[in-house]
Amino acid sequence: MIINVIKYGIVFILLILFQGLILNNIEFGGYVNPFLYVVFILMLPFETPKWLVLVLGFVVGIAIDSFSSTLGMHTSATVFMAFCRGYLLKLIEPRGGYEFNTKPSIQFMGVTWYLLYACVLVLLHHLFLFYIESFKLSQFFATFGRAIASTFFTLILVLIVQLFNFKSTTRS
Amino acid sequence: MRNLIQFLLKNSVVFLFLFLELIAFSLLIKNNNYQNSKVFNSSNFLIGNLFATINNVEEYFSLKEVNNELAEQNAQLQTTNISSFIKVYGNTVQIKDTDYFQKYAYTSAKVINGSTNKRENYITLDKGSLNGIKPGMGVISAKGIIGTVKNVSENFCSVMSVLHEKNAVSAKIKKSGYIGSLVWELGDYRIAELKDLPNHVQLSIGDTVISSGYSMVFPEGINIGVIKDFSLEDGSNFYDVQVEFSVDYKSLSHVFIVKSWMKDEQKKLEALNNEVVE
Repeated sequence: MIINVIKYGIVFILLILFQGLILNNIEFGGYVNPFLYVVFILMLPFETPKWLVLVLGFVVGIAIDSFSSTLGMHTSATVFMAFCRGYLLKLIEPRGGYEFNTKPSIQFMGVTWYLLYACVLVLLHHLFLFYIESFKLSQFFATFGRAIASTFFTLILVLIVQLFNFKSTTRS
Repeated sequence: MRNLIQFLLKNSVVFLFLFLELIAFSLLIKNNNYQNSKVFNSSNFLIGNLFATINNVEEYFSLKEVNNELAEQNAQLQTTNISSFIKVYGNTVQIKDTDYFQKYAYTSAKVINGSTNKRENYITLDKGSLNGIKPGMGVISAKGIIGTVKNVSENFCSVMSVLHEKNAVSAKIKKSGYIGSLVWELGDYRIAELKDLPNHVQLSIGDTVISSGYSMVFPEGINIGVIKDFSLEDGSNFYDVQVEFSVDYKSLSHVFIVKSWMKDEQKKLEALNNEVVE
């Protein structure tokens, strides 16, 4: 338990710094930039209580917001995503439920399951985020396009992070 | 009563969700009056210092370009220096000291953080209230205008960049002197739109656009960019003009903050116009 808290704490700090200092500067074609920090919510263990996921979503969001001076934007999107996570997990639960001591990762759940899980949550987060940012519907399709394109890049990064995970756990 | 408590307990997660969203949205809306968010924006002490440290490292990678830029500017200043002029009429020159008042003063500052990919882009500089920076001052670089100071903390200030939907700059066509207002909209960070130019003005592609000096924030004649394209819709009284910025907002390093000594005086005078004449 305590080991988990320390481990996720370190991951949290690394992700926030990586997002705030490096990824926020990356953009393709002026429209797209990846938000890898959502992987923190994706990788929380199945047993995490729902309220804790929400609170963690809030904390991650506000940390990212203080980096980019967009107070409230990432916070609301991440809390929304954290809220949806519980329902999605129930929806795509394999027969017999989740095994104890497993985590939502490619290693335990397989590629298809993970892709579905990550795709839906990241897309929900990005749609919410970009519409909050524009705060109007007049540029509906432009905003939609931005969200889709950013989702694509975020997913690639999420998968790369998964590969790291995979290697380090199989070796030990 | 018991039912109510049971209902609340059963849906506690949903209520927590709504509660957190409520906080997030109130922050979001409050944050739109930027002044209220001094605590969390990037001019705050902790994150400002972090960015300053990172920038210390990053700076080395652009030393060459910065040097070139400074050398160019030095050359420009050298040409305006008194020693590069010769006297034309006779030997006696009358110098009237009191003919000239200083209208603008400049403070140099370093860009430590910034963005170009949002609807509302900000830049953080390493000068703050300790250096006499106040909200509302203009920021320029050797190549052109940058933006307006929005929030100030002790050691840092955040600047509302020209790449900000709500930042309109009063601009002038250098050749003809006509005034329009320059607004940037999300998309290409190199292109802005110049509005309110009446359809009888003669324009051509490549015309220089400079600051008008009307806004009391920027001195007159600071470069903004050149006209890249323009069109006139049928029946419209105003041109659609696209201006290409002279500054590359992605590679900013050293900028100047403009203090305007006469701004208050001008504002005070203009405020009188709104008073009721008795």
